[in-house]
Amino acid sequence: MKKMNQIFGISLLFAAGLFIIAADHIDAPEVAGGASDITDFYVFQAKNTDNMVFVANLQGLLSPGATANASFDENVMIEFNIDTNGDNIEDLVIQAIRKDDKMNVIGPVAPSQTGLISTLEASNFGNDVSKVEITPYGSQAIINTSSDGMSIFAGPRDDPFFMDFAQYSAIISGNATGFNNPGADTFAGTNVLSVVVEVPKSMIGGTGTINTWVESKRKQ
Amino acid sequence: MKIYNIKLVALSAIIAFMAFSCSDNDQMDIQKEEEVYKKGNPFQAIYLQEDQMGRPAVNTVFVSSTSKDMFNTTIPSEQNSLFQSMFQTNLMALSPAYANPEDTNALGLDAATFTGLLATDVLNVSLDGVTTFFDGTNVLTGRALTDDVITVELILIFGGETGLTNPEYPTLSNDNVDANDKAFLGDFPYLASPW
Repeated sequence: MKKMNQIFGISLLFAAGLFIIAADHIDAPEVAGGASDITDFYVFQAKNTDNMVFVANLQGLLSPGATANASFDENVMIEFNIDTNGDNIEDLVIQAIRKDDKMNVIGPVAPSQTGLISTLEASNFGNDVSKVEITPYGSQAIINTSSDGMSIFAGPRDDPFFMDFAQYSAIISGNATGFNNPGADTFAGTNVLSVVVEVPKSMIGGTGTINTWVESKRKQ
Repeated sequence: MKIYNIKLVALSAIIAFMAFSCSDNDQMDIQKEEEVYKKGNPFQAIYLQEDQMGRPAVNTVFVSSTSKDMFNTTIPSEQNSLFQSMFQTNLMALSPAYANPEDTNALGLDAATFTGLLATDVLNVSLDGVTTFFDGTNVLTGRALTDDVITVELILIFGGETGLTNPEYPTLSNDNVDANDKAFLGDFPYLASPW
């Protein structure tokens, strides 16, 4: 939040009561700018077309200078939710949570309960949990591929989101009547913390359409 | 888990006994110890939702300022009944392209139908082929890194019936930022290295 204020001025954020802050970057007061703030979510077919890729980005608008010190919160679980039967209730979850210098990934697994309250769907950080060392800023991407075909990555990445957010804000606040051509990517040169999980389609329904969303949940 | 259960039973018994003979402070100490134990073990703890996201920019565009945290903690299967009318009100306040009752967007959706689709904030994903937010042919089959999702949404909000070819409000229907500032990778993890 502080960063955005410095860049654009706080008044723009509240213009007209309706504003965009990018894809989901600092979308709501409770989470704005914190370790549980989801900035973006992507799901797409992998290079190996038998697999799907889930991407969760957190803690947006990190300058290169601030990125080395940004870290995943051990008390925040990142949970990919997958509805395989069209009722918008999760049938499977993939959970990611940091422990020390590793990201632990549990699932895909049917959750013991659905909704706003979750527990880790494992008994400990043992062998049934996939792990990858969190890639430090400035290092080559560290990837763990497990025998069941899942690949996982966690660490800083370039923010893949692009938009002329500054001009949109100017429009919404009445200071401009349209976008510029060319526009300017407000997110150019900024980083996020990413969790990327590639998973065989056979583990998440195999065929058809799934409904997906990502959640951040804090340990109580 | 088992050890923890035994400890809980023992604690409960102690608390029950202490309730008679000891001061409130002692009881509080025991409860505190129990809480610390729970907090320390991530596998005994519960995790409570703080943020969620399905499609890009939905909460930020369509949910009124005072309802944003509530939207983030409403399960998707309940979002439509709680938020569709708010979405429609905000869409119509934002865009003159829905001013007339018969107005639709490029997908042929009127304000009520469009916001009915968006209010359940999940990303629909096909497991059978092309995955894209919109690529000119496929609609809502996923979200690829290269998808220009903001321009797609601007077209659907401001473009009117002919938004794809001849938008009603052309200077509002494209932010003219069409690609990321760094090339994506062909292989896992796909996202570009940080700046």
